[in-house]
Amino acid sequence: MSDVFPPRPRPATESGSPPSPEAVQRSIIETEGLSLFYGKAQALKSISLKIQEKVVTAFIGPSGCGKSTFLRCFNRMNDLIDTVRVQGQCRIGGEDILGPDVDVIELRKRVGMVFQKSNPFPKSIFENIAYGLRLHGTRDRKTLDEVVERSLRGAALWDEVKDRLHESALGLSGGQQQRLCIARAIAIRPEILLMDEPASALDPIATMKVEELILDLKKEFTIVIVTHNMQQATRISDYTAFFYIGELIEYDRTTRIFTNPQRKQTEDYVTGRFG
Amino acid sequence: MGIRRGHQARLGEVIAEKLILAISLSTIAMVFLIFLFVGREAFPVLLGRVSSAAAQEKPLPVEAMNTLTPAQLRAYLGLSAQEFSSMDRDTIQSLMEVRIEASAEEKPSRDAELNTVAWRYLLFPFQWSDYDKPVYVWQPVSGIHKYNIMPLVVGSLKTTIVALLFAVPLSLAAAIYVSQLANPRWKEWIKPAIEMLSAVPSVVLGAFALLVLATALQSLFGYQYRLNAFLAGIALGLTCVPVIFSIAEDALTSVPRSYTQAALALGASKWAAAWQIVVPAAIPGLFAAVVLGFGRCIGETMVVLIASGNAAILSPSLIEPVRTITATIAAELGETVVGGHHYRMLFVLGTLLFIVTFLTNLAGDVVIHRLKGRLEGKK
Repeated sequence: MSDVFPPRPRPATESGSPPSPEAVQRSIIETEGLSLFYGKAQALKSISLKIQEKVVTAFIGPSGCGKSTFLRCFNRMNDLIDTVRVQGQCRIGGEDILGPDVDVIELRKRVGMVFQKSNPFPKSIFENIAYGLRLHGTRDRKTLDEVVERSLRGAALWDEVKDRLHESALGLSGGQQQRLCIARAIAIRPEILLMDEPASALDPIATMKVEELILDLKKEFTIVIVTHNMQQATRISDYTAFFYIGELIEYDRTTRIFTNPQRKQTEDYVTGRFG
Repeated sequence: MGIRRGHQARLGEVIAEKLILAISLSTIAMVFLIFLFVGREAFPVLLGRVSSAAAQEKPLPVEAMNTLTPAQLRAYLGLSAQEFSSMDRDTIQSLMEVRIEASAEEKPSRDAELNTVAWRYLLFPFQWSDYDKPVYVWQPVSGIHKYNIMPLVVGSLKTTIVALLFAVPLSLAAAIYVSQLANPRWKEWIKPAIEMLSAVPSVVLGAFALLVLATALQSLFGYQYRLNAFLAGIALGLTCVPVIFSIAEDALTSVPRSYTQAALALGASKWAAAWQIVVPAAIPGLFAAVVLGFGRCIGETMVVLIASGNAAILSPSLIEPVRTITATIAAELGETVVGGHHYRMLFVLGTLLFIVTFLTNLAGDVVIHRLKGRLEGKK
């Protein structure tokens, strides 16, 4: 963090809201001095952050600030790009996940992901959900049926699709497809769910449904969501991290970030002066 | 006034558009004309209007040249008006004598009376007078032209099937590897290298098969005939590897990356994502690749002409020489009489080839549409 914007003094914690990130004892994701390079260009600059279990944490910031890149560190999706190099530490549940000996498949089982654009497979609705389970060795038809139903219910999609489970998922509407992708991700019971702007391609009603779903899912999952939409961050997240040009500028309870930010850049961004 | 000027500026575009339309229409017309030409030459046989019955009327005595009218004489000798007028009496007299000698040499044979281009002789075995059992023979030489097309059809199918069995798994595997698994640096080398294979002229590939591959395969498998359906099939396979590979690779590459990403994010390995998600999503394109590969194989001429052994034998064995439809046309068309039954039979073969490829492509298209519809969730 730069020293150009010295932090302001903080007011006392309001009662009833979550504790400040520093006070949190049980964090599930921890990064320390995490830097990431695309070739020679540095995209993330020594980011240290602790994410709490079973809450919604939002990453906000202008385009290109590294928030999505940071999110993709948690399930090592950045590995797909040849030129990416990562330094520093990232631990999930206390275990280092960046080492070369980490089983990426096992990691991705624990850390699910939902993408910006809904991307159901060109298979039936049932097969979309069952894919992850089959991948990890579930063959029993009865178990599959149960998990598919539970996941679709979990994603608030069951009532809409229960009569056409064996029709192609590509026949669903955009919002339904995105909820299907969420159902697919939660079917394998990950601990953490990463969401990369999950509602940015959806209309307001579909967005509302996805947001309601996220609030519902945080009872069971730790959710980290990247969003461009600041109202969305205030509506659904408990904690918010503000990124700017590869740096973590401020990380605090959402209410504080949006009502009483400690740094001028954050304030400028959340009040819409840039970004 | 500014609004009107746009119209003039677009004149060039209108001309370009019409030009392109004209070119594409002429291509369609060309295809149609080719088919018309091939069909026109083949139709008399298909409709049974051609006869190859070799039996001739008894030759006339030499003195007849004095009693016949010039027109009758010309018809009897089978000469054109120009040829006839350029000949003197002595030449015509010697032609009459040749005619008598030829008919004296001709062995009387019951086969000579047969119209060997009738359907039953084209498709079914027949016991010719000097054979001890009914056979399928393509032998358009000497007095009795035997035109059974089955050895050629089977020959074409045998080489094509071997070629596809060899080329399809190979090129699909290569396409999956290059588009999904290879790292970009390798991909940059492998893809152009495979596609270079299509730049090798088929006559060179044929020569390679004849001189190198034939010996290598024979010493490897130890079969009797050096040139056979198996060798021709392998060489033919090499010609269609680049065709199948490049279409399949395109189909696989055009599967959205987001499918792969979704699968990887669920904990699939690269291989599992390619095999379980990308390949099923690319099935219509892969199928199209195979259909086009089939078309390429069955129509390829030079390689099979050189490497197949060219014996029109009907046999299920893959290690015996074969002769294909295409090689037959290429080898024999040059020595036929224009408009004669042999000439027309070769066009029948051409038509057959055309119909087979047309039907394959049509069926392929229908299947591809169905597969696509299923993937896209349309019923």
